[in-house]
Amino acid sequence: MNTRVDRPESLWAIAWQQLRRNRLAMACLVILIVYTSVWLYAEGTFWFARLRDVTPAYKVSNYAIRNQPPSTAHWLGTNYAGRDNFGQVVQGTRIAFEIAILTSVIVIPLGFFLGALAGYFGRTIDTVIVYLFSVVGSVPDILLITAISYVVRGVVERSPSMQTVTRYIDSGLLAVCVGLGFTGWVGLCRIIRAEYLKHRERQYVLAARSLGASNMAIMFRHIAPNVSHLIIINFSLRFPGLILTEAVLSYLGVGIANEPSWGAIINDAKQRLWLGNWWELAGATAAMFFLVLALNLFGDALRDALDPKLRTAEAGTV
Amino acid sequence: MAAYIFRRLISVVPISLGVLFVTFLLFRVIGGNPAYRIAGKNATPEKIAQITRDRGYDQPYFLNFKDFPQKLFQAQFPRLVRSILRGDFGESITNKMRVSELLRAGLLPSLCVTTPLFLLDLCLAVGVALLAAYYRGTWIDRSLVVGAVMAMSVSEIVYIMIAQYWLASEWRLFPVWGFEGPQYVVLPVLIGVVAGVGGGVRFYRTVMLDEIYQDYVRTARAKGVSPPRVLFHHVLRNALIPILTNVIVALPFLYTGSILLESFFGIPGLGRLLVTSISNGDEDIIFAETFIGAILFVLANTATDIAYTWADPRIRLK
Repeated sequence: MNTRVDRPESLWAIAWQQLRRNRLAMACLVILIVYTSVWLYAEGTFWFARLRDVTPAYKVSNYAIRNQPPSTAHWLGTNYAGRDNFGQVVQGTRIAFEIAILTSVIVIPLGFFLGALAGYFGRTIDTVIVYLFSVVGSVPDILLITAISYVVRGVVERSPSMQTVTRYIDSGLLAVCVGLGFTGWVGLCRIIRAEYLKHRERQYVLAARSLGASNMAIMFRHIAPNVSHLIIINFSLRFPGLILTEAVLSYLGVGIANEPSWGAIINDAKQRLWLGNWWELAGATAAMFFLVLALNLFGDALRDALDPKLRTAEAGTV
Repeated sequence: MAAYIFRRLISVVPISLGVLFVTFLLFRVIGGNPAYRIAGKNATPEKIAQITRDRGYDQPYFLNFKDFPQKLFQAQFPRLVRSILRGDFGESITNKMRVSELLRAGLLPSLCVTTPLFLLDLCLAVGVALLAAYYRGTWIDRSLVVGAVMAMSVSEIVYIMIAQYWLASEWRLFPVWGFEGPQYVVLPVLIGVVAGVGGGVRFYRTVMLDEIYQDYVRTARAKGVSPPRVLFHHVLRNALIPILTNVIVALPFLYTGSILLESFFGIPGLGRLLVTSISNGDEDIIFAETFIGAILFVLANTATDIAYTWADPRIRLK
């Protein structure tokens, strides 16, 4: 056996080795790479049309070919306005990723920063932050998300200063992301707080402090790299939930209305399923299914690979 | 013990006030004058002014300093607190009924769907999780987990649409719409179980596996206790605490009902009430449902803590 001891392996290197051995996780990773490419392609076509002020292809109606079943020209048929369903589903991928990213813009800074403050300083700051996330976490998620999206939508649509923003971001998309963001930070905040509580007692923190490092430096330069993997795990396990919630919001009427998100496509397909037009539903459902499945399974594998506690547990036997 | 319970119950008050404050902030302050949302998009300024006056939205938010100090509490927030303490949640805009009456009327139909759904889901999830934990690491375990994740990767809306279209409408196995007898809840309950069981299986399996790697399990095996007996007698009993938590915390969702199931199948419960309120802009109902849902969650959480100390006296010392 080869016993080179030149450099200790990093957490990420060990995790990657374990992930590589997991065939299911690798298959999921391939699926995720495919979805990411589709997203980048859709984002490209969207901005190409937007910056030139032309109607993007997926929004052009063609009433001569409406509600057609799948054919070689239109793999998933066409919808009520004669738009190609496959193109709609591709744009739906873009929306799904945009929701994940825009939501994370709220969740990660808020959850991480508040969690770090609470866990590191303790005492009053901790009490206040714990109170804050207990309050927000008390409202059943779907109710709070609905309420926030409902209210934010009203604000965005009425205020003139938001017009510049909504020229680039759909007002429904913005409302949904604000709703998902201001409820989603609670989970991350809890995890980060618990980690900081543990890490602040560790020796390396004591060493840094005795060398005169400031609180900010200890929090963000010394401890943060040791807990940053939790952000990625949290993201990959939160993402599938966002996709499924978005579909519910579309149905409730507080979701995305003017862009073909998967939830909006499914909601649109509702009436025409009764006419036997199954293809509209099938496309968005399948797209959603494989992404959510791959994210869930990959997220699980990632967590197992990055969390050493579970890794030793797997080796144990009864 | 009595002192502990008392202390825990007292802590419900600040959280409830916080929830009330957050919902108030959301609906009245951040969202601007609710009259705009209530009146709808094409309302005349007179209509908006009238709604504003009638519903007291022109008053100050927190304290009224006009005619100090007689009218100090003639402001929106104090009035809201007072009316909620009286159990008064305002009235519906669409049919002028008291919101508390509407909520009372919706409670029973909601419980008719959610109670069997909840119990069936729990038994199935724990059963499958036990099976997976018993065969951990084998292909049985892996396929159960992947199956569970697959089941939770399809949007509940899609399950409902497909089941309603094929099982109820095409094959006439179940009624499609309405609430006139026990047979009307069968299909919603089945769909709810299929859509929800995956998450439960995944959670309970983790709980069981956490227990399985404990020392007492190894001791039991070393004594010669058979694997099934270890699982059912030792592991399941110790896993009961996390299971109990999950169950109690899920109880408030019996009240919110299944929003989607109720509105698709025409069950006149609280979930359907919420959906119609959103589309009518019936703000008081959305507010009341959000607030009551949160209060029930807080109470359930407190009940869990108390149940914990009753089940495991060591926890009180922490």
